Amino acid sequence: MLKLNLREDLITRARKAASGIVGSFNWLFEDYSSVTIERTILRLLGVDGATKDGKPLPNVIVDDLKSNSALGKGAAWWIVNAAVSHNKAPAEIARAAAEGNLDLTKVPAQPVEKIVKALNKYTDGMLSHIKSQRTYRDEQFKKFGPRRMPAIYVIVATGNIYEDVTQAKAAAREGADIIAVIRSTAQSLLDYVPYGATTVGFGGTYATQENFRIMRQALDEVSEEVGRYISLTNYASGLCMPEIAAMGAMERLDLMLNDAMYGILFRDINPKRTLLDQYFSRMINAYAGIEIQTGEDNYLTTSDAVEKAYTVTASQLINEQFALLSGVKPEKMGLGHAFEINPDMENGFLYELAHALLTRELFPDSPIKYMPPTKFASGNVFKTHLMDGMFNFAGQLTGQGVQLLGMMTEAIHTPHLADRSLAIENALYIFNTMKDLGNEIRLEPEGFINKRANAVLEEATLFLEKVAEEGLLIAMSKGEFADIKRHENSGKGYDGVFRKEAGYLNPFMDKIKMELGM
Amino acid sequence: MSKIKENIIRPYGDTLNDGKMQLSFSLQVSPDERGKEAARLLLKKIGFDDIDICGMRDLNEGFTHFIAYASTGAGIDYNKVMVKTVETDVMTMEETDEYISTFIGRPLTVIGACIESDAHTVGIDAIMNMKGYNHRYGLERYKYFNAINMGAQVSCEDLLKKAREEKADAVLVSQVVTQKNIHIKNLTRLIELSEAEGLRDKMLFICGGPRLSHELAIEMGYDAGFGTGSYATDVASYIAITLADRKRQQEINGS
Repeated sequence: MLKLNLREDLITRARKAASGIVGSFNWLFEDYSSVTIERTILRLLGVDGATKDGKPLPNVIVDDLKSNSALGKGAAWWIVNAAVSHNKAPAEIARAAAEGNLDLTKVPAQPVEKIVKALNKYTDGMLSHIKSQRTYRDEQFKKFGPRRMPAIYVIVATGNIYEDVTQAKAAAREGADIIAVIRSTAQSLLDYVPYGATTVGFGGTYATQENFRIMRQALDEVSEEVGRYISLTNYASGLCMPEIAAMGAMERLDLMLNDAMYGILFRDINPKRTLLDQYFSRMINAYAGIEIQTGEDNYLTTSDAVEKAYTVTASQLINEQFALLSGVKPEKMGLGHAFEINPDMENGFLYELAHALLTRELFPDSPIKYMPPTKFASGNVFKTHLMDGMFNFAGQLTGQGVQLLGMMTEAIHTPHLADRSLAIENALYIFNTMKDLGNEIRLEPEGFINKRANAVLEEATLFLEKVAEEGLLIAMSKGEFADIKRHENSGKGYDGVFRKEAGYLNPFMDKIKMELGM
Repeated sequence: MSKIKENIIRPYGDTLNDGKMQLSFSLQVSPDERGKEAARLLLKKIGFDDIDICGMRDLNEGFTHFIAYASTGAGIDYNKVMVKTVETDVMTMEETDEYISTFIGRPLTVIGACIESDAHTVGIDAIMNMKGYNHRYGLERYKYFNAINMGAQVSCEDLLKKAREEKADAVLVSQVVTQKNIHIKNLTRLIELSEAEGLRDKMLFICGGPRLSHELAIEMGYDAGFGTGSYATDVASYIAITLADRKRQQEINGS
């Protein structure tokens, strides 16, 4: 395998700075919660479904508690208090409350020991379901063998979950290892998760629990046929990070996009909201054995990929530290980067190799997620197909964990069936024909690639040290990440952040922390 | 009665007017001789001749991908081909700044955004951001543009509110990712709202994106549209020249 001579002193300094940046948020994680965290707890307690006009029950309950100024104690307390009082399951209580037949805040407080007992029953039940999903996945990988490296990751995005199933199965038969169902384009800014199977979306298909279940079942069927465990992924991002993480845990998704800062920078979601939401959502991912994937590619699609390469490295290190704080193990951290250098640049490919190797070596145990060219993909499908080939070459040579295949029609439309098939053919050809090339060649110790990788690392280290000194929220407010200014008290979803009161309960967080040994 | 000379053109492979075209499509058939014949007959029905189905790939789930070469007898009279394009001259950044300084005399405020469902800022960033795209700096870099990029998923209401607050001279809208023509709906909605709010005639409305052309933009009620391959210099020059022309016109009318 190709290897860089990275400066160890820089690696140590960069990690220390990143750990310092992330370590300063205890006040937030300890004292605050958000509406989507509360809705997640309700979902994990079995609350699901929607009202006749389509409002999800977890939203109805949390909004009611909020308007009664009762959310400070946490949704778990209220729903289980009523469950004990009425001797019914939380799902039935939620239905009754949503239909206006029950006011949770008017139910007399039940004895604490009874509430604790009921809470334990419901949390243990759900956690054991999630654990069984994790065990099932582990067994499948044992039975069929581990995922290939780089894994072949393709997207489906028809808007109709049943059409997605056809395309996903076709892709699996052609060699795909991971299927991503791209979400309908504005879903990240919805402060609720739609309910049920959906057949209409724009630029993608809504992430709903039912859609997750339909696709998982289809992929389980095709896994048996092709003799490979086909993984499923979706997006725990936007305003509903933890809810979608919980749905993924319940329905056995295998990977989830989960970036600590993406929502803040690229979707203008409030910084406190995102940091809180990612903290709990990643904890759920960790418990479910779900591999997280981060979104550093976005730094390069909005800025120059050479000039801003260090922002990718810096973000990866921050994402790593936030993930560790939530109990995610390095082998489940799919830190991201991308192949986005201008194809007209002389020796651009050497820069790509330097950046790809830097990521690979900074995180040797992590299944690195490598994103394809998009910014310079054009309507010239022939050229784009060739760029995708170069990208696949870089991915195999540098041993990336997950290769998110480029589509030659990237700049035109969501992939057609044949586009995806050609992309898989391209990847399989290159991965196979040059499989062991990396073992046969060595890098010039003082050559361009080594120098470039160390230069990016140094720039990232200096940047992280500066951010550590001023604090992450201040750095974001000054536009130091991606040239975008974000303030801690503005942005979408800020009104959904609240301070916990005495007696606040999040039984899942407590148990997961204990079981993960945090 | 003068007759305009015809100029009939056909696709070119390697011989003038041989009509050769390269085609690629998928059918819900199996990858066998019968499937191939179905593909050939489809092309024949469209009107192609000399059909060569040169590639056939199994797409699974009952579909097959075909790659073909075929000849068309169809031709068009190139002399009758007319398109609407943005016709203002294209100037460099320095020339545009100089032009605005001379003919307008104050910086122009431009508000840009990807509206509604669209989360893809590649296009608007290429035109507006300091860095620009492919060696053309974006509007932020111009001395005589006050460029405000609102980013992705901005509602039409928020964009117009900002345009009103900032007394914008031009509104730039990008629509990149689109499915089932949602970009048309979004862009039409913005124009309708701008008319309802009495903003339409107070500033230029310009749209851009890979699915857009100047002609389509005009049809939707915009002042101009920029498709793939447009740079900040194209947009900046258009805004400067158009607004300077309008100023001149107003001065003539006013005095």
